[in-house]
Amino acid sequence: MIKKLKASSFLFLLLFISACTDRALNNPYVDEEGDNKVIYASFSERPKHLDPAKAYSSNEYAIIAQIYEPLFQYHYLKRPYQLEPLLAASMPTVRYFDKDNNPLPNNALKEDIAYSEYLLTIKAASKFQPHPSFNIKNHKQLPKDWDAVSIYDLPLATRELTADDFIYQIKRLADPATQSPIAGLMGNYIVGFSEYAKRQGALKKQRPALSTSERLHAKEMFGVQKLDKQRFTIRVKGKYPQFINWLAMPFFAPMPWEADAFYANSLLVSKNISLDWYPVGTGPYFLAENNPNRRMVLLKNPNFHLEYYPSEADQAAREQGLLEDAGKKLPLTDKVIFSLEKENIPYWNKFLQGYYDASGVSSDSFDQAVTFSAEGDIGLSQSMIERGIGLQTAVTTSSYYFGFNMLDKVVGGYSDKAKKLRQAISIAMDFEEYISIFQNGRGVPAKGIIPPGIFGHVDGKLGINPIVYTWDDGLVRRPIDQAQQLLAEAGYEKGIDPATGKPLVLYFDTMDSGPDSKARLNWLRKQFNKINIQLVIRGTDYNRFQEKMRGGRAQMFMWGWNADYPDPENFLFLLYGKNAKSIHGGENAANYQNAEFDVLFEKMSTMANTAERQAIINKMVTIARQDAPWLWGFHPKAFSLHHAWYKNANPNLMANNKTKYINIDNKLRVIYQAKWNKPTYWPLILVALFIACLLLPAYLIYRRIERATAL
Amino acid sequence: MINYIIRRLLYVIPVLLGVNILTFVLFFVVNTPDDMARMQLGDKHVTQAAVDNWKQQRGYHLPLLWNAQEAGLKKASNTIFFNKSVGLFVFDLGISDSGRDIVADITQRMWPSLAIAIPSLIFGVLANITFALLLIFYRSSALEFAGLFLCIALMSISGLFYIIAGQYFIGKLLALTPISGYAPGIDAFKFILLPVFIGVISGLGAGVRWYRTLFLEEAAKDYVRTARAKGLSELQVLFQHVLKNAMIPILTGIVVILPLLFMGSLITESFFGIPGLGSYTIDAISSQDFAIVRSMVFLGSFLYIIGLLMTDISYTLVDPRVRLN
Repeated sequence: MIKKLKASSFLFLLLFISACTDRALNNPYVDEEGDNKVIYASFSERPKHLDPAKAYSSNEYAIIAQIYEPLFQYHYLKRPYQLEPLLAASMPTVRYFDKDNNPLPNNALKEDIAYSEYLLTIKAASKFQPHPSFNIKNHKQLPKDWDAVSIYDLPLATRELTADDFIYQIKRLADPATQSPIAGLMGNYIVGFSEYAKRQGALKKQRPALSTSERLHAKEMFGVQKLDKQRFTIRVKGKYPQFINWLAMPFFAPMPWEADAFYANSLLVSKNISLDWYPVGTGPYFLAENNPNRRMVLLKNPNFHLEYYPSEADQAAREQGLLEDAGKKLPLTDKVIFSLEKENIPYWNKFLQGYYDASGVSSDSFDQAVTFSAEGDIGLSQSMIERGIGLQTAVTTSSYYFGFNMLDKVVGGYSDKAKKLRQAISIAMDFEEYISIFQNGRGVPAKGIIPPGIFGHVDGKLGINPIVYTWDDGLVRRPIDQAQQLLAEAGYEKGIDPATGKPLVLYFDTMDSGPDSKARLNWLRKQFNKINIQLVIRGTDYNRFQEKMRGGRAQMFMWGWNADYPDPENFLFLLYGKNAKSIHGGENAANYQNAEFDVLFEKMSTMANTAERQAIINKMVTIARQDAPWLWGFHPKAFSLHHAWYKNANPNLMANNKTKYINIDNKLRVIYQAKWNKPTYWPLILVALFIACLLLPAYLIYRRIERATAL
Repeated sequence: MINYIIRRLLYVIPVLLGVNILTFVLFFVVNTPDDMARMQLGDKHVTQAAVDNWKQQRGYHLPLLWNAQEAGLKKASNTIFFNKSVGLFVFDLGISDSGRDIVADITQRMWPSLAIAIPSLIFGVLANITFALLLIFYRSSALEFAGLFLCIALMSISGLFYIIAGQYFIGKLLALTPISGYAPGIDAFKFILLPVFIGVISGLGAGVRWYRTLFLEEAAKDYVRTARAKGLSELQVLFQHVLKNAMIPILTGIVVILPLLFMGSLITESFFGIPGLGSYTIDAISSQDFAIVRSMVFLGSFLYIIGLLMTDISYTLVDPRVRLN
């Protein structure tokens, strides 16, 4: 028995020693990549849609913008943001027409323009990715020996991109069956869009047996005309210069009719293989593997058209060495692996092990990654510097604001008293403190509605909001006694409501009512207490909150907006009267309506970025500051970390198709990963010894019990 | 016994109907079809026409439970409840509100859940029983006291702490296993080591104390004294006699959860990046996907009832005195 025990212990020890290796045991990737350049990224939740007609959130764009290409894109390295052709051969030619369809000169007055027509020419010889949908045989019947695992095991084919594919996609946007989120919006602009949608709805009822592609081909959209294989026109109502920005979004990426025909197969439907999950694009990558519960893998598209890394850049990009790969053929990597990582802690640890190339900075890891100098400058912590990690920061083109419902009897309205109440609260609410406490300093206080980086934003002394700040070699928030003075002028002397003789009670409507929000809500209460106003929090769930906002029943709220495109119109329209949420169902959540502001908005919205436009924007911002429908809140600052082997990272907040510019230094990654992930075995031996030490007294007690006599 | 099983299976129908109605009512008290549409369509630029279109496409434009505008049976059948619930009784789970086939999703996601749940259960039960029997063996000694103290300590620590500490020490500091991730087939082995180990350790304290209580009760019975009197060693007495006679309560706890194992664990799967079913229902609730919620609640209830039935049947296998009739 003892001999057997010794032999098995020896064998175990031998196995243990032979299993001890210097190779990383904790590598979460099982594929051998060889010399392939691979980007390791992650996603935290399953994207809802990968169909460019439906997708509209950042996590969806992170994937589809690498696969689908619209006509235009934002230059990767130039600021301010600048559009350039992508699938288009050139920038569009725009012609204007009056209501009788007579051509107008380019400098025609906005009021005279009934239609704008965009002439679009696409790049010659661009091809779609290899895909089974282009093999027409697959439409009728799939091969019997196909195991229904990957569509890329089916016979593949491709075809050249034509103007028809863009037109087909616009028809898809209008089709009620697609349920595109911008269908309602585009109906206001593209000529014939809404009529086409109605005719498709009727056709679907009349002839339900028609397939989607047959149905869409059966009718034409009046405002979208094919001129030849590579040219088509889109006619837009009135003058709408921002339309070109929409043409740079994946909504307008070309879609082959074959995709709809192929994915209609019932076997594919039962396997959840649909156009919404298996894209067909022309972009630098194609989605080779799609398991949204585990990982999504993009591979280099062998049919990708010629595109080169930009050779021009602004000063900041040049200084960062972002032109090192200038002129190289894109994409610079062969594969992108997106792994599902729901929690921040494992994500952060794997980033530190080198198994993810880049990372944001969450609140949990902020102190570990970032330090602030005595002057308030942001820098990397020593441990990050030692690992060769780089930090990039950028103020996002977003606004988070505190809004008043202008329809409310107490805080709303346009009387002097109402304005002064809101202005008093504007001074009391210290957003610098908010950013410092709740954003770890990651944000800049907003001085108006337009964030930095967007035309119309004014920095420095000229850009201050005089209602809230003064200028003394920098921004200085007005003292609280000025807020109290304004409050007294508003009729609430020392915060007392004359109607009740008690402190004024205001209501803040929010969806955040859990313990995680407690500190933030307490902070809000404290801000109102500064001017002796009692703040009551009305917490509710997401649905009821949205309902209150739609019905104009909220009094005060916090809301945010992320730019669709880099134009001031995309922010100023949030205060345009005809967009009032509870009146017109628009995005003006404060229901702000000021006739003067609206007139200026209508004038500004169709102008080019000139000094005249800036002057109008300045006027609008001044009006809004005086009326104070919002406390302007802050613009968040994005922090991102990346390893030394991850090259060409540039915080372009408008471009979604950034992956193709990224380069990877494979050798450097291998060296770092090996250094950081050497397995350590000695604690296992220690644990084994510890257990053995415990077993000894146990064995002695066992012997004693077994040998003990009953008496 | 066949009659008993058939009778129990027939009881399932009213129970499932009740569960279905309750789920339906609770879900639609909180979410209206308009809310569901807005959630699916996103926050930006959503018009009422788009909301109405979404409801029409998915059959949520109908009345919830009673359609007063219809005649005859259609008053009940042309409703959201009827259209969305009847298929469940023939296990037609249908398409989720985001447009995916629910059966295909479940079939794909159940295997990773099982890959974690089965070894966790087997090794967990074996470890719990072994340690509980050892505590009985060393009862009234310092070892038992130390063991119980350890159990209380293990029970007092949050499950999340085991996961985070395990990932930090084993995955990061010792670099012995991946911190998180998953791969199908044989490659899954290195990914399930850590979650299974943590699953076993985190359940050890409560499990050992529970089994110890069961064994203590058995150890005081006459047949144990008889076994000792026959001259059997203490280990033989415990592992051959006490364990066998304590099987009924053990089975009650284990067999009932067997069919539910594939439903996965929310926290473990989230932290270890396991593509299982653990978060399927929670994600569906937060995205207001009623089709998935009703399917998973239905499936969960059905499997729980099946688990209870299997428990009853297993009693007859371990205790010849039990008869089902």
